Amino acid sequence: MIEVLSQPILTAFVVAVLANTTPLLLAAIGEAVGEQAGVLNLGIEGILLVGGYFGFVGALSAGSFWWGFLCGAVAGAVLSSVLMILCIWMRLNQIVVGIGLILAGTGVSGLLYNYAFANSKPRVGIEPWPIPLLSDIPVVGPAIFAQPGMLYLALLIPVLVSLWLYRTMPGLRLRVAGQSPASLDAAGGNVSGIRSLAVIFGGAMSGLGGAYLALVSAGTFTPGMTHGLGFLAIVVAMLARGSLARLVVIALIYGVFVAAGSVLQLTTAVIPNDVVTMMPFIVVLIVLVCVPKSTRVLPPALATAYVRGERG
Amino acid sequence: MTRRSAASQRTREASEQARTRQSTVIGGFAEVAVRTVAPIVLALVAGGLIIWVMGVNPILFYRDILVHATAGSGWQHSLTAMAPLLLIGLGLIVAFRARLWNLGYAGGYLLAAAVVAGVAPDVMHVMPFGAGILVLCTLAVMLGAVLGVLPAYLKATRGTNEIITSLMVSFIAIGLANLLVKGPFQDAQVSVPQTRVLEIEYMLPYIPGTRVHVGVVLAFVLVLIFHVLLTKSSFGLAVDVFGSTPRAAAHVGINTVRMTVTVFILSSGLIALAGAVDMLGLWGYMRTNWNPAYGDKIIPFVFLARLNPLGSIPLIAFYAMLATGGTIAAQQAGLPIDFLLILVALILFFMVIIEYLGTRRNLGMSYLPEGLFASGRAGVRG
Repeated sequence: MIEVLSQPILTAFVVAVLANTTPLLLAAIGEAVGEQAGVLNLGIEGILLVGGYFGFVGALSAGSFWWGFLCGAVAGAVLSSVLMILCIWMRLNQIVVGIGLILAGTGVSGLLYNYAFANSKPRVGIEPWPIPLLSDIPVVGPAIFAQPGMLYLALLIPVLVSLWLYRTMPGLRLRVAGQSPASLDAAGGNVSGIRSLAVIFGGAMSGLGGAYLALVSAGTFTPGMTHGLGFLAIVVAMLARGSLARLVVIALIYGVFVAAGSVLQLTTAVIPNDVVTMMPFIVVLIVLVCVPKSTRVLPPALATAYVRGERG
Repeated sequence: MTRRSAASQRTREASEQARTRQSTVIGGFAEVAVRTVAPIVLALVAGGLIIWVMGVNPILFYRDILVHATAGSGWQHSLTAMAPLLLIGLGLIVAFRARLWNLGYAGGYLLAAAVVAGVAPDVMHVMPFGAGILVLCTLAVMLGAVLGVLPAYLKATRGTNEIITSLMVSFIAIGLANLLVKGPFQDAQVSVPQTRVLEIEYMLPYIPGTRVHVGVVLAFVLVLIFHVLLTKSSFGLAVDVFGSTPRAAAHVGINTVRMTVTVFILSSGLIALAGAVDMLGLWGYMRTNWNPAYGDKIIPFVFLARLNPLGSIPLIAFYAMLATGGTIAAQQAGLPIDFLLILVALILFFMVIIEYLGTRRNLGMSYLPEGLFASGRAGVRG
């Protein structure tokens, strides 16, 4: 029997928390920015997969993690540009196009992977950036301060996005595009431009999340590896109600749940993995049922195309 | 102007009107055909280009799909595949007509399938055949109804977005299904977690002379019943009114809460029934982490059918052939099966683009009105 509170287990636990939280966090931030601008991107699942695949290919061919993350983000942005063109420029239904993105992303990533790597099934090695001194602290040191550099950037992103949305004029305009696009238009703002930016940024974030999932959390890409993480990101973003702090906390709770489940499997206590993955949803549903306020979660103009002069 | 010439004037106008009406009916027909078939053709062409780049001859590939989907016993496989697809499509149509986005189809299907596969051997051993099937199907529908109630209730009373709640319920149901198959329903004789295999004599019988089980007939009958219900009955009208303008629906005395809950229960119940029919008719047992993801692939075709149950039959038949023949053809051509997903996504994209061009040229109503969400929320108090 392995001692639950032993150092290696605790280290593994913290590593697992970060590995599970970070991709979800990045995808949820991308979704949240889009939602605040009034665009519901239902295709996060597909974007994560495409980001994961191209991140994996980028890292494999360039030999550098940073290239991988860049490729993942660009791939995510490219796929979400479909949503931008169809839903913002052509004002088509966001839900229908979102479902299309899920199918396209899953299909494209699976097709390319099976075409290129089905026989070799390569992996990428972790490329940690240990921070001197801090990485020598027991448990927390190797778990947090000897991670790939991307983790530190990923933890910085919610702070930056929060500042952007709530402390700057462009951020205010972006939120108005979701709350009352007609007001923004009347005030001289460019609704479709702002929404386009939000969608592309959201796609890049989700692509980055997918790349993180493939490169750091899993070490390789496998078709369909997200297992509903994209939908979870949508749920997290909606529950966070635009607050990045809430978003981080919710993502972290999920990470802790899943990590606890997988780490406990190393020990004698056996909690089935399915219970662990169900828990966050059960908790969220209980919150939704018991706390009436928590249901008023979305910007009024979410998922509606803006048509100048249309009666609201 | 004399009275006579005025009368002839009127007659002329009337016949003029009749002629324009006739031409719009024909025009409408042609237009619907174009709008429905064009996305599929364009997607096949674009998909063909993709596989051509990958070194596979698209014409031969599509020919193979057609051959495997129809020739020999192919058509029977395609027909069998239609049973769950029609039922899930019908479930989606009921919900989407009321503009309720029930996206929890995966969980409803899988949980019902797991429970039915798990208890079917016991039920069928103790009960007479017909009663046993009836009990199992009812059980599945009730499970689906239970899954549908929570999102519907939250939507109706609090205005909570049903997309997230139905997705969350779906994930819980998938987890539950896996737990059940690994736990109480696991067949102890087999090393991989799966339920006991239902003996063939307890499964749904074949239509005489074929190897197509009668679940397909059930699916077709239900599609017909719901077609009449949704397009010819007052309930169907109420659903349509509720879907297009909930506020007006509330005005004319449609109970918003009851309507939301009813629609969700019907939708989830039909989807769950698909799970039961698939287990009892085709598979006979369930494995963990098995998910055919029918709903994802059916959605584009449901939209292409303009949410019309009868119209969904040929489109779902097309997808069933594509899936049946495509699986074999892809294996033979060395293509990953994911290619089918790309085809479906392409159909969806071309569909919305053609719809856009159609509405731009004012060729009639789009299949979904703008401001979907805003109107969806407006009906809820507050």
